[in-house]
Amino acid sequence: MLPTQNNKQTDAPGIHPLGVDGLLIRFGGQLSEPANRAALACRAAIERDPPTGLLESATSLTSVYLRFDPTGTDHARLQHALAPLLASRDWYQADLPQGRRLWHVPTVFDTDLAPQLGEAAALAGLSPDEATEAICAAPLRVQTIGFAPGQPYLGELPPEWDIPRQTGLTPRVPEGALVVAIRQMVLFSVSTPTGWRHVGQTALRLFAPEKDDPFLLRPGDEVLFQPVARDAFEAIRASDPSGGAVSERLD
Amino acid sequence: MTEVTLLRAGPGVTVQDMGRPGYLAQGLSRGGAADRLALCEGAALLGQGSDLAALEIAGSFLSIEASAPLRIALTGAPMRAVCDGAALVWQASHLLPAGARLDLSGSRGGYSYLHLGGGVTGAQVLGAGSAHLGAGIGRMLEAGDSLLLGPDRGRETGMTLAPLDRFEGGLLRMVETPQTRLFPEAMRARFIETIFHKDARGNRMGQRLVSESESFALQAGLSILSEAIVPGDIQITGDGAPFVLLAECQTTGGYPRIGTVLPCDLPRLVQAPPKAPLQFQFVTLDEAVVLERAEAERRASLGMSMEPLIRDPHDIADLLAYQLISGVTRGDDLERTRA
Repeated sequence: MLPTQNNKQTDAPGIHPLGVDGLLIRFGGQLSEPANRAALACRAAIERDPPTGLLESATSLTSVYLRFDPTGTDHARLQHALAPLLASRDWYQADLPQGRRLWHVPTVFDTDLAPQLGEAAALAGLSPDEATEAICAAPLRVQTIGFAPGQPYLGELPPEWDIPRQTGLTPRVPEGALVVAIRQMVLFSVSTPTGWRHVGQTALRLFAPEKDDPFLLRPGDEVLFQPVARDAFEAIRASDPSGGAVSERLD
Repeated sequence: MTEVTLLRAGPGVTVQDMGRPGYLAQGLSRGGAADRLALCEGAALLGQGSDLAALEIAGSFLSIEASAPLRIALTGAPMRAVCDGAALVWQASHLLPAGARLDLSGSRGGYSYLHLGGGVTGAQVLGAGSAHLGAGIGRMLEAGDSLLLGPDRGRETGMTLAPLDRFEGGLLRMVETPQTRLFPEAMRARFIETIFHKDARGNRMGQRLVSESESFALQAGLSILSEAIVPGDIQITGDGAPFVLLAECQTTGGYPRIGTVLPCDLPRLVQAPPKAPLQFQFVTLDEAVVLERAEAERRASLGMSMEPLIRDPHDIADLLAYQLISGVTRGDDLERTRA
């Protein structure tokens, strides 16, 4: 493994190989707002002036992944090419992306559409009603899109929500499921197995491959969940392809 | 334009190509053929680009009929191939007469490929024709479906190519991940000593492995921050069994990964039969880069290793049942040279 790169800043990004054709630039092992902004800004800068051999890039919560062509370059060369950019500024002070939006999303937090709300609430030391209130109290920000197409990681919930993933996998949660773990929430864009707990259900369509812009949410967007009763939700789901979501501009 | 009609199709028959790179940032993995080497072999046999789409048959069966004379190639996990009653050699190219019926059956698992001259055209979604079932792009094909083919500029058929041996399990080489050192040394040692087998729960997203060994789970592993993951990553989920991510995997994950299987060794994993032994071995990053480059070169020059099929004199009346020529390369010369 290549050594972690350090410069004068104590929290400078670490660079790690990820497979034979990838590099991971990590701005933190724990989720933080500055590390998230750093990852988003750093990827944007790399995309503006891509180094030789770069095939694509992506952010996750606090890191940037770079995939390169291993027949044309290698980990050390790419790392060397990126060094001046990484040292050029304090990434943790970066602004959020432009064009952010606030989404209001009707969500069911009870019945069999939210099968693990009670279990997750108990782990957070809350009643199911208190848990619902806490989740809906304030907008959660899209920190990254990943795992499945258009799927947002949303955060950050208060500290009592620092609950682990479950030991086993839930074999399948439906599209639009809202799940929780480690102070974050995820909305599923496809039906999928997951280790996170299923605490709510939306009718969002996060990925529509037939559309020109197939991905509904972008990093930096905010989502405010609005609790609705199951019958109201079913009416929305039956009649509204956008799942009742409305958006407004944030900047 | 040549049209192919599916007369019979079992579950798990999909259109596959090299996938759609460029959407990792939006959470869409590249997808594409489970065994990319098989795509390269088929492209070489037909003398066409390895970017053209073929049909992937995941342990299933398929029968087709073509509207016009059709060049085909058969690669990947061997199946019984019959054209209007005559057996066809696997891992070879053939010419089907117009209206002929091709039956592919007898799969023993793994992924088989039917390549069609000109490639499968049709709905392109985000720049590729491959089905990505996990993302809801495309679907499994069914009896009655028709596929349009692109213009076939090639003429040659009756060629064969020795397959790289990858149908009996074996060694899977891997590099360390940023989390490898979270696993205690003794556990890593036990991991590379363990003989694994495929669990029945495998699909294009990933393959769970089982063994006699105890759990490889990390207690700290349940709260790792999600970050980028790639095909070949060996995730250890809470149940302690390794899960190797494949072509249609998710793009991020939070379970610790003990290693990343080299892309050039993934065909050996996806094509291993259920009871075949699989064992892991760490290689350095430098070794991995050398191995990948050598495999990329080998794949690019597959066309030079082809040999003509020769007919058995006793079967001379049968225009399609060819026997393999003797003395073809084994296809694993690369590994033997290294050893």
